[in-house]
Amino acid sequence: MLDIKNLHVSVGGKEILKGLTLSIQPGQVHAIMGPNGSGKSTLSYVLAGRAGYDITEGSITYNGEDLTALKPEERAAKGVFLAMQYPVEIPGVTTMTFLKTALNSQRRARGEPDLDAVSVLKQVRAKAKLLNVSEEMLKRALNVGFSGGEKKRLEILQMSVFEPKLAVLDETDSGLDIDALRVVAEGVNALRDPSRAMLVITHYQRLLDYIVPDRIHVLAGGRIVAEGGKELALELEAKGYEHILKEPA
Amino acid sequence: MSIAAETKQQVAEIGEKYKYGFVTDIEMDMAPRGLSEDTVRFISAKKGEPEWMLEWRLGAFRRWLTMKEPNWARVHYPKIDYQNAFYYAAPKNTPLKQSLDEVDPKLLETYKKLGIPLHEQMALAGVAVDAVFDSVSVATTFKEKLNEAGVIFCPISEAIRDYPDLVKQYLGSVVPVTDNFFATLNAAVFSDGTFVYVPKGVRCPMELSTYFRINASETGQFERTIIIADEGSYVSYLEGCTAPKRDENQLHAAVVELVALDNAEIKYSTVQNWYPGDENGLGGIFNFVTKRGDCRGKKSKISWTQVETGSAITWKYPSCILRGDESVGEFYSIAIANNYQQADTGTKMIHLGANTRSRIISKGISAGKAQNTYRGLVSVYGKAKNARNYTQCDSLLIGGDCGAHTVPYIESRNPTARIEHEATTSKIAEDQLFYCLQRGIPQDEAVSLIVNGFCREVLQQLPMEFAVEAQKLVGISLEGSVG
Repeated sequence: MLDIKNLHVSVGGKEILKGLTLSIQPGQVHAIMGPNGSGKSTLSYVLAGRAGYDITEGSITYNGEDLTALKPEERAAKGVFLAMQYPVEIPGVTTMTFLKTALNSQRRARGEPDLDAVSVLKQVRAKAKLLNVSEEMLKRALNVGFSGGEKKRLEILQMSVFEPKLAVLDETDSGLDIDALRVVAEGVNALRDPSRAMLVITHYQRLLDYIVPDRIHVLAGGRIVAEGGKELALELEAKGYEHILKEPA
Repeated sequence: MSIAAETKQQVAEIGEKYKYGFVTDIEMDMAPRGLSEDTVRFISAKKGEPEWMLEWRLGAFRRWLTMKEPNWARVHYPKIDYQNAFYYAAPKNTPLKQSLDEVDPKLLETYKKLGIPLHEQMALAGVAVDAVFDSVSVATTFKEKLNEAGVIFCPISEAIRDYPDLVKQYLGSVVPVTDNFFATLNAAVFSDGTFVYVPKGVRCPMELSTYFRINASETGQFERTIIIADEGSYVSYLEGCTAPKRDENQLHAAVVELVALDNAEIKYSTVQNWYPGDENGLGGIFNFVTKRGDCRGKKSKISWTQVETGSAITWKYPSCILRGDESVGEFYSIAIANNYQQADTGTKMIHLGANTRSRIISKGISAGKAQNTYRGLVSVYGKAKNARNYTQCDSLLIGGDCGAHTVPYIESRNPTARIEHEATTSKIAEDQLFYCLQRGIPQDEAVSLIVNGFCREVLQQLPMEFAVEAQKLVGISLEGSVG
């Protein structure tokens, strides 16, 4: 589903990713772990198509298509979703309005008819319940005055509403206490699906206790330096990144 | 003549003219170029006005000759040659088009985006079709309901003829003939406008809007509007149109006077979307408007809501004179300036009575190379015990070449006054845009969504039927503003 080959990315002239190669199949959950500054967030932004991230070499293929040729909103319509580390506030725009606008934009881009307000509301309400997102949150302006936990829950709610094919979760665990983490992780697990691939980016092993990945990649210095099964996370937890980085990749 | 009858007649006339290929001598229906006492007499005669009205106009004209064009606003435009303009042209001579195929496709595109019903599109674009007759039936039902309630709602020229005492009593009582250069010019040459009188204790049974909207294509260059809400009455008036309209008259100088007596309330909403000029700043309407409301009675209330997206230059300060004790004035404004547009707009809240309250919410959006100024005055006079004002001015910038300016004047001559002023300036952040894009919302829609969020407090003040169109208009005005 997703094939990244020898990806080099520069931001403001500085090379951040230096030859990253990664491949994910539908139904799989992969984790990317790595120390601060290793290029984790850069990878997530490049996949989403954020401006200012220049690909200097390599390729990203998504369902057989050159992902880099698509605009961010086209990627979204084709099923690429990024749960952001720092969800953005949009004053005056209610969460519900935002969800409806986004959902219908994606549908339109796919040539599907718009959903009316009532059916969107029904759909969102049902899914919000599972994630402990209150009715009141849906009426408030998007992310304005939301706690860290609320913001992250809302990201996962969006993911469940948009039903993406490829979901990238960028440090979804950051700033969450253990209860919030559990709710978010349960939400993510509920979305595991044979047709869906997920890329979970995290600094800590903790999240992977709840979202158990099929494969773990360790990112350091802009490259994948180690790969393995879920046990790799435990090894990292026990020995730290330093240990892995010292070993020849 | 009733509104319905007049509308019918107008429609009939239009049809006839079209059929016979405009044989009417157009010159006959136009005042000669330039401005003189003769022009004023010509207009007054065309309107069949009584002597007192002509005298009033001539007085204004003589005064105007001694006045200077104001230059304190933060707007720049080439000098206007007042002698090289036409001051009266019968609007019905606009050649009608046979079908929508003859209308500028760009205009139709915008109508479509705004979701304007087809027959209204035709009326707006000046297409001669049977559909226009729909408006006659609408106007008829409308008129009946208003008649039952005793509400007078008619063209000002009709009011001058049929209700001279009311007109004499209120004309120029809020905006005096001598008020300012443009208002005085309007007093001399106004050609049309609306007159509304809501009797004591009557709640006007409907928003005074549909009629006006259908007839928007008839509005003149110098409009004069008077709305009087007698004791304990309520009226909501909608002016303008979300649909863009081409107009050959570059200079517009309207005057609006509102009077609210004891316990009366007037809600006045405007959506102004006149031709703003092209991307290079060529052409476009100069809109120099004087709008003022007088809260003459105790516990009266006047509320202005405006969405200003059009015109090359906007010079406009809808104001409230809070004369009655415990009266309330409100001003809610969205001003959008894109490309080379210049907007200098705001309000004046003049607190004269005790326990008067005012509230100002202004949202200015600048894009392209536009300059957007909020200019406001809050003045508390000596007798205005416990006067209160709250002002909030928010500016939003899109791109790096535009400007936002806030010029608040605050004067207080009473120590018990409480005046609050808050102002913010922000930019649409790149991360907000990216967030929207990532969720599948294309750029122009994302800008529209974010700006509508920014304007929400004001949009909520608009009557429902207008609010939806106004939201779309906000988006359309800013299309392509983020590169």
